[in-house]
Parts: sequence; C-alpha cells; structure tokens
Amino acid sequence: MTNSNQPALQMQNLSVYYGNTPALHNVNLTVDHGEYLGIIGPNGGGKTTLIRVILGLLAPTTGSVLVYGKPAGHTDVKIGYVPQIAPLDRRFPITAFEAVLTGRLGRGLVPFHRYSKSDRLAASEALERVGIAQLAERRLSALSGGEFQRLLIARALAVEPKLLLLDEPTANVDAGSREKIYTLLAELSKTMTVILVTHDLLAISSQLRSLACLSGRLVYHGEPQLNTDTVRALYGCPVDLIAHGVPHRVLGDHHEEGDNLVC
Amino acid sequence: MLTALLKYQFLQNAVLAGLLASVLCGVIGVIIIEKKLVMMSGGIAHASYGGVGLGYLLGIEPIFGAIGFALLSALGVGFVKRRGGASADVLIGLFWSLGMALGIFFVALMPGYPPDMSSYLFGNILAVTRADLYLTAVLTGAVVLVVAVFFDSWKAYLFDDEFARLIGQPTALLEYLLLATIAMSVVALIRVVGIILALAMLTAPAATASLFTKGLGSRMAASAALGAVFCFAGLTISYYTGISSGATIVTLSGAVCLSSYGVRALADAHTRKHAAMEHSREEVSEK
Repeated sequence: MTNSNQPALQMQNLSVYYGNTPALHNVNLTVDHGEYLGIIGPNGGGKTTLIRVILGLLAPTTGSVLVYGKPAGHTDVKIGYVPQIAPLDRRFPITAFEAVLTGRLGRGLVPFHRYSKSDRLAASEALERVGIAQLAERRLSALSGGEFQRLLIARALAVEPKLLLLDEPTANVDAGSREKIYTLLAELSKTMTVILVTHDLLAISSQLRSLACLSGRLVYHGEPQLNTDTVRALYGCPVDLIAHGVPHRVLGDHHEEGDNLVC
Repeated sequence: MLTALLKYQFLQNAVLAGLLASVLCGVIGVIIIEKKLVMMSGGIAHASYGGVGLGYLLGIEPIFGAIGFALLSALGVGFVKRRGGASADVLIGLFWSLGMALGIFFVALMPGYPPDMSSYLFGNILAVTRADLYLTAVLTGAVVLVVAVFFDSWKAYLFDDEFARLIGQPTALLEYLLLATIAMSVVALIRVVGIILALAMLTAPAATASLFTKGLGSRMAASAALGAVFCFAGLTISYYTGISSGATIVTLSGAVCLSSYGVRALADAHTRKHAAMEHSREEVSEK
C-alpha cells in the first residue's frame, strides 16, 4: 500500500506539446495528501491538458508525473474523476442511481457481473452525500444541470477515491448549485485529496487550501489569494477580472431590463 | 397466410429469419443509436457488398465474403478512429462507396454470365434457406450473448467511455467488440432486407422504442418486439400484394417510426402548453 506521507501528485518539468504548440511548459507542482487545491486559469491555459495527464489519458511530452508515487495512469490508488457535463449524453436511458452504480464496476470484464448489496449501499450513500438521494430513480434527462453535476460527483465518490479530480464542476450550473458544490467539496476535502480545475474565480473564496494559476505555465502556487501581478500574468488584463470576479459591485445598480450591463 | 405458413417451409424460414433479425436489431439498434454509430453501420453494410462480389469471383459462398469485408471495414474504421488519423466520417463515406464499387468490379471479372446480385441489395426473405437460417441463428446468438454476458460493462461504457476506462474497464476491447457485433448484425440482415435497407431495420424499431421505454434493457426488449411485429406484418403485406418483402418491412417500419415521432411531438407540445396555462392560472389566483 502507498503510505499517506507520500505526495498525492508530483509533477517535474512537465511539458505537453500538441505538434509545435506548447499546451503546458515546464510545470513543477507538488500536491500533498489531504490537500484541497484549486487550479484556475483562462481558457486555453492548459487546465484540461493537465487533468488528462494526471489521469494518464495523455502522455507527457517531457518530464514526469507521479500520482501517489506511481507514474500517472499506472497508479494503484483509486482516483475519482468528475468530468465536464457538457459532452455527456443526458438522454442516455439510465436512472441517477444506475449511473452512480457504474462507479462500483471495478476493473476488467466480469461475465454475468451483478452489483452486490454493498455496491448498492455505497451508491445510495454517495447520492445522499451530494444531497440528491431523493432523485435516485429519476432519468438523467429529468435532472437539472446542477443536479447532474452533483450526480457525477456521487459517481466519483462511489469509487471510494483517495484523490478526487474535478474538471469545471461549476461551468454549467446555476448560482445556488454552485454554492452547494463548493460547500460539498470543502466537506469532502477533509477525508480525501481534492483537485479542482476551474475558470471560476469565485472558487478562490470557497475554502480552498491552496491555489495554482495556470496559463501555459504555472504562474502561481501558494495561498488562495490573487494579487494584481498574478491576474495580469494569467489574463493579461486586470479590468476583465473586476467585471467577472466581483460581480456584486456591478450588480449593485443592475435592473432587470439591463442584463447586458453586467458585461 | 396462416395455413400457407403451416404448409410451406420457405414461409416458415422467412418468419424465423425475421424473428431472429428482430432480436438482433433490437439489441444492436439501441446501442448504435446511443453511440451515434448509425452511419458507421450503413458504411459497414455497403462495404460488405465488395465481399459478396469477391465471394462470387472466388467461387465461395458470397455471404462469407460479406462477413470478411464487414469485419475488416468495421475494425479498420475503429483502428483509424482510435489512432486519431483521418476523420471517421470521411472513412465511412469512402468505405461505403468503395465497397459497392468493388462488388461490381469483382463480378465484372467473373467469366460467363454475371449472377443476379439484387437479392443482396434488397434482400429476399422468402429465399432464405435452412443454411441461411442456421447462420443467422448463430450470429444472433453470438451477438446477444456478448451483450448480455457483459451487460454492466456495456452500460458503463455506453454512458461514459472515458470514465469506464478510468475505472479499469477495457474500453478498447469493448469498442472493437462492438464494431465486430455491428458487422455481424449487418451480415445477418442482408438475407432479410438486404444491404440498402438494413439501416432502417437497425434504426426504426430502436428509435420507436426509445419514445416509450426508460431503461437500456427494456429498450432493447421493446425494440426487438417491435422489430418482430414489423417483420411479420411486412411479410404478410408482401404475401398478399406480391411487393418485395424487404420493401414492405422497411416501409412499414419507417411509417410507424415517423408517425410515433409525430404523435410524441404533439403530446409534448400539449404537455408544455398545459403546464404553462396551469402556471398562469395559479398566478392569477394568488393575486
């Protein structure tokens, strides 16, 4: 077994190139076990590439990535992965419960596989933990964006992961669900390592324990605070941040007819 | 027709072949619709025509040539797609035409009279032989077994293949297995409705079933049952009118599928309107 003192994630001089174009250049990042790390950055900043490398779906061009001491994709530690909801087919004919149950499937093809009682129990508990137990028998198509997102978190939890990896979990959800998801992640981070990739700057105020900023390279890694220099390095334009990051100030004199004033 | 059915072996064969094909289409049709592989299946069906031609040229049973070509094109497209080479769309289009062209090409190289290949294009369920029936039974049995034995894995893979891969499911194997079963299904359908009409048999029952079923398994069962009804009814129409059986089965399937879509759209619109009216009535009464 892996020991708990081992870092959850260790990246050394990681570079990923698509042809001649670098998506990630020379990234060094160590994440301790039990950490709650937020990785933010602009679109095209390499966030999705980073996730795919950690999951072992994409090989680094140079450098190394160790997940609990083993090369990415070959780790024996269970990783709970929460993908973006957009590419998934919401009309697929299964219930919320059945979708979460797939997290219990395990490795390899097992002839005449049946989910055990403890599998079903774990799936129910996972649904309860994300707060949508009452929707267990609903079709996927009858879930809202926020509910579907929490369903995917439940599926990842059903794996009983040591490391939870989330790709833009608040990208397609309403404000209320976003709040619930951040509260849930803070709660989960007490029992597992959580890495959250997002372009939502509100995540910074959501009890993250550390923050990494990614824009092709690692711009910042440390306390969950942003200063003007980091923001400029990330987005190249601090004015943009004021409009998106502190919406309440803009919303102060906001009228129902003037929706477009926000941006 | 019932007395004729008891009397004539060719009619019994036809009904049995139709039933087997329906089961096959029920299972595979639902999968290819969910996985958006309908055009891929069309490509495989047409590519198999090249195999029919080669079969005639080499003097072997044409259906075995079709199996070879269908398998090769299915696995070929799957391989190129995985490697991220040419777009699968382009390849499918290419296989589609190339298969047909090769079929004509091979037959043209044959010495003597060219055989009549239209039964492969449009199917002739009334000409199904005992041997054809055995072959269809074996293919159907194999496909249904592969899907049923690993049903939980299929479900996870069809819903989210990336997640399935990450929890340790052999998704590459599942994908090739799926492509191979599609190829087998297409070959089994050639005798019943033919290469050109196979696509309707794969899609119409499954699409109709998707309108009123909620689970993956129940959708497959409903789709198989619908397919059986379409086959039997189409065959009956063909028997009394003398119109080719492939055409009657496919026309009937298409008509039922399209009108179900229409009914469903009207019902949905009604539900929405009703909900909106109910809503505004509540608002009024609150004031």
